[in-house]
Amino acid sequence: MFAHGLVVFWPHPIYEITLADGSKLLGQRLEGERDPLSGRRRIKFYCANMEDMPPFRWIYADEIVRQEQPPEVFKLDRAANLHYIGYLKEIRLLTHEVAQADGAAQRDSKVLVPTGKEGLAVYSRGTIPEANQASPGSKAEQLAQAIQWAKRWDAAEVEPWRQQENQLARQLNDQIKYALIEAQYRRQQLLQAGRPETDPACQALAERIAQLTEEENRLKAQAHQLSARRAEQETKLRQNVALFVDVQGREKHIPLVDIVRFSTPNAMTLWAKCRFYLAKWWELLSDPPREANQDGGIFPAILGTVLLVFLMAIMAFPLGVLAGVYLGEYARDNWLVRSVRVAVNNLAGIPSIVYGIFGLGFFIYLCGGTLDIWFYPDRVEAREPVFGQPCILWAALTLGLLTLPVVIVSTEEALRQIPREIREGSYALGATKLQTLFRVLLPMASPGVMTGFILAMARAVGEVAPLMITGAVKSAPPPISSEFPFLRLDRQFMHLGYHILDISCKSPNVEATKGLVYVTTLLLLAIVLALTSTAIWLRNRMRKRYYVRAI
Amino acid sequence: MSERFKPAGQETGSLPPSSTAPPVDRPTEMSDSSTRKDADGQSPVGFGLTFSGPNRSLIAGALQDRGTGRENSSSETPPAEPIVRMRNVNLFYGQAQALVDITMDIPRGLVTALIGPSGCGKSTLLRCINRMNDLIDGVRTTGLIELDGQNILDPGVDVIALRRKVGMVFQKPTPFPKTVYENVAYGLRLAGIRQRAVLDEVVERSLRRAGLWEEVKDRLHESALGLSGGQHQRLCIARAIAVQPEVILMDEPCSALDPRSTSRIEDLIAELRGEYTIVIVTHNMQQAARVSDYTGFLYEGRLVEFGKTTQIFTNPRKKETEDYITGRFG
Repeated sequence: MFAHGLVVFWPHPIYEITLADGSKLLGQRLEGERDPLSGRRRIKFYCANMEDMPPFRWIYADEIVRQEQPPEVFKLDRAANLHYIGYLKEIRLLTHEVAQADGAAQRDSKVLVPTGKEGLAVYSRGTIPEANQASPGSKAEQLAQAIQWAKRWDAAEVEPWRQQENQLARQLNDQIKYALIEAQYRRQQLLQAGRPETDPACQALAERIAQLTEEENRLKAQAHQLSARRAEQETKLRQNVALFVDVQGREKHIPLVDIVRFSTPNAMTLWAKCRFYLAKWWELLSDPPREANQDGGIFPAILGTVLLVFLMAIMAFPLGVLAGVYLGEYARDNWLVRSVRVAVNNLAGIPSIVYGIFGLGFFIYLCGGTLDIWFYPDRVEAREPVFGQPCILWAALTLGLLTLPVVIVSTEEALRQIPREIREGSYALGATKLQTLFRVLLPMASPGVMTGFILAMARAVGEVAPLMITGAVKSAPPPISSEFPFLRLDRQFMHLGYHILDISCKSPNVEATKGLVYVTTLLLLAIVLALTSTAIWLRNRMRKRYYVRAI
Repeated sequence: MSERFKPAGQETGSLPPSSTAPPVDRPTEMSDSSTRKDADGQSPVGFGLTFSGPNRSLIAGALQDRGTGRENSSSETPPAEPIVRMRNVNLFYGQAQALVDITMDIPRGLVTALIGPSGCGKSTLLRCINRMNDLIDGVRTTGLIELDGQNILDPGVDVIALRRKVGMVFQKPTPFPKTVYENVAYGLRLAGIRQRAVLDEVVERSLRRAGLWEEVKDRLHESALGLSGGQHQRLCIARAIAVQPEVILMDEPCSALDPRSTSRIEDLIAELRGEYTIVIVTHNMQQAARVSDYTGFLYEGRLVEFGKTTQIFTNPRKKETEDYITGRFG
């Protein structure tokens, strides 16, 4: 797992294979095996270009006539259809517009032959690129420059429209939609209460509804306009293409903005390979996923996982410690307490999916539903619940419930292990029970409590089953944002464990996401390790501080 | 044993033989350490009694150490100014009776030892005095225990205040996992004292009093758990005296310590004598003989005999006492 996970992002060499029947293929060599039927050795190649041909191919080793590593092969990470492997023929940039007599702008595209001497201008807003700077670079360098240039164009000309569009969509959703739902609900309530339509309150509401509807329509029209403008700009931008040919000679125009990243594995130096490798890891850690989770990063999932565990800790830890202290220090030993203790121990053995179903029934439907009825009756009416739906809050609570028994048991155990003399020593100095608890017992029990907490946390990070039905989804923006409510507890979220399930079992192209599964699993393990080692470090510090010599 | 405790006035024979003797004039005695040391050279005379049994000679030595000159007196007569008065104290653990009709007076400012075989109720009796037995489920105490004239078995008694007046040192040293300073300041902090200056002063005074200051003054703010076993116990004593109790209960304070640490604790008890009333439970008869003024012998929950230490050890009135201290049983 570790080995697989680490090499996934390494730019492996691309082979051009000539087969016995004369056909050729370009691809990266994956694993080899003996064909169970014929007994011949076969090798799996990843040839990408999934829109033109099957991306994975098994080739019999004895059919390979020639095998070479042409240095000029490119492998692209595309914004759509995953990777492309082929040769770069030329880069075509839209360099200037010529106004025609009929008013329509006629675009004249400038062809940059990669081997040519012409370079690329740096795009700045409002200027049409002039290909006048000499840039005698390799094909790869020219392509890199062209992509950079196209991205600048994108940022300057298209991105503002996109942002406006998003803002408008948010405004429509957050302000207008819910205000409309609320106004309609209140009006309906009034009408049901027997008020006539002519009642001033009703009329005011009706007026407000009309106003909001008008505003909504206005904004929708504006959004439509905006998206048309954006599309226009985008079309222009997408005319800047790179022309590739694959090994069969098929040409392909790939818009420069669609190329997320490219590599020339056969020509790269070790240093360049390392940089590419690190860039891929960085993308994984910092970017949202692309293409139905098949590529790109898993940042929202990492954030969701960590946030979930923290929320869980905040909720489960104090509750578990309190319960443990009660059971260990205060509860009298009678049948009720004994049965509670047995129940707590049994809770630790219940399959996690059962917790999930409990969370769905209790937290989401009962608690969430009740909260909604109290505070958001209008949203309930409109079937747009706020808390009565799976979200990170309920998922964290469910996980908290799952980890509670471990925390309780370990707290109780840690308290029990403190020698009686220590308690008596404290009482003998005139301490009350509470003072003894807070000043002596809890600090002394803290390493033991931490141990339980570490176990609980390790379990919680890896848990998927209860999350599937309480809030983890395939794709969602992270629940933390830089805008006002900062933390949206009523949001659904992405989770690493669920992400692994999704890309390994539910992906449209399971084979292609295999590498990502390894990497994501590796990352999940790394997060578990990081969280637990932090906790262990903390515990060791406490242990050092509160170590009591066994007398 | 050369630095062992010598009660004041022994050298001069000024202690009145009567059991009604007033408590010894402490301050004079405490400052009189040089005199005591001088006295060591001239070992006082033995008892003139013929001892038999393995313990006898040792105890005789211990008693010799503290000198003689006391006449046997009636152990029934209580000392003049008792600080703790017990009348008909019975204690039950559930159905089992652990203490039977204990009646004794613990003299103010002196050291009282409780001896007896294991399970005879010494510790239980000790723990009655600060109501430590309350912490154990199913314990019922009847009778009367008065501290300064107030019945401490009264359910209305403020146990917290009581325990501040009656400090306790346990068999196992129980330093808290805090710094040396915080350990000593613990009782004061519990009482809500926060002024740094007050705490500093009390901590230093208590540690000096417990003879620990010189050893720990440079590591006051390091964990107390790093000290040695003997230092732990002295720390616990410092912790107990920091809250200025009237009585200090010691439950086998030396049983987990090596001889050297034991001797230091005994010296400390001698120094604290007079300022504090000390009740000590011990299994070590020589220790009881060395450090205490009065001794009570408990057997199977009953107080068999209570009287001046010299008398108990030299001329026990009861057969059981003699059997016990001569090592015939127990």
